[in-house]
Amino acid sequence: MLNDNLIVGATMAFGGLAPAIAIGFIVSKALEAIGRNPEAASKVQTVMILGVAFAEAIAIYSLVVALILKFV
Amino acid sequence: MASLNISISAEPIFHLGNFAFTSSMLVSLLTTIFLSLVAIRFYNTHKSKKPSGLNLFIQTIIESFYEFVQTITPHKASQFFPLIASIFFFIMFASWAGLLPGVETIGLRSSHGFVPLFRGGTADLNITMGTAIAAVFMIQVFGYKSLGVKYFKKFFNFSNPINLFVGFLELISEFAKIMSFSFRLFGNIFAGEVLLMVIAFLLPLFGPLPFIGLELFVGFIQALVFSTLTLVFISIATSHH
Repeated sequence: MLNDNLIVGATMAFGGLAPAIAIGFIVSKALEAIGRNPEAASKVQTVMILGVAFAEAIAIYSLVVALILKFV
Repeated sequence: MASLNISISAEPIFHLGNFAFTSSMLVSLLTTIFLSLVAIRFYNTHKSKKPSGLNLFIQTIIESFYEFVQTITPHKASQFFPLIASIFFFIMFASWAGLLPGVETIGLRSSHGFVPLFRGGTADLNITMGTAIAAVFMIQVFGYKSLGVKYFKKFFNFSNPINLFVGFLELISEFAKIMSFSFRLFGNIFAGEVLLMVIAFLLPLFGPLPFIGLELFVGFIQALVFSTLTLVFISIATSHH
């Protein structure tokens, strides 16, 4: 029942859950900030892209682990 | 049914003694030569009265990227711009090189099976980790250049035990930056290559088209993120506390 492909799929599924929620929070707060102060939109956007990159990196770590499990 | 030929480490094309020269290294070398040739040609012709279309295009891109660097470091942008722009353009073109026709498909048939001759430049952990080590090393160099030896007191702060522990954590976080930079870039680009291969396997000829568009976007964003994060860390390292 617990064959290898299931573990690989579960690694990616659980590893992508928290970063997706985190990115949703980051972008929603950034949108709120832009809505309040449209003049600072480009500054907020730069910091948002940075924050999204940090959060997405965690999902990429779990992707790399899944790839290593599958192909090595 | 033919089997997919996916290998997480780039396959070596030939060996120089113990050093394996992989397909990604070949593509990175070609990318560097290409960018150098474009830069040399631009430098030789940029003083002429009637600039060619390519020169104007390059000037536009460089100026807009310089303004972008100025939004993050307003005063010292000219010091940091060469490193940041080099990182940005190298990573962008090396990642986009993985989308050209012929990459991962033209190769040699040896006793180990099929060995592709070309592979996306940043789809090899060696290249990304080398770039990450170079970037973090340059962060330390810029920190030392602007703050002197006091920059290293950030890591070895003997005033009280809490500061000592915080300094130790800062040292660990420098190594964590290297790992994070290299794995973020490698994971994004290699996952894109795997995705393209699987989609081409399932929907040949026209299936990969939207995914190639996605990979163009991802290559640009990852180059931007790498260079912007390096710039942000440099500006933190050179700021007077």
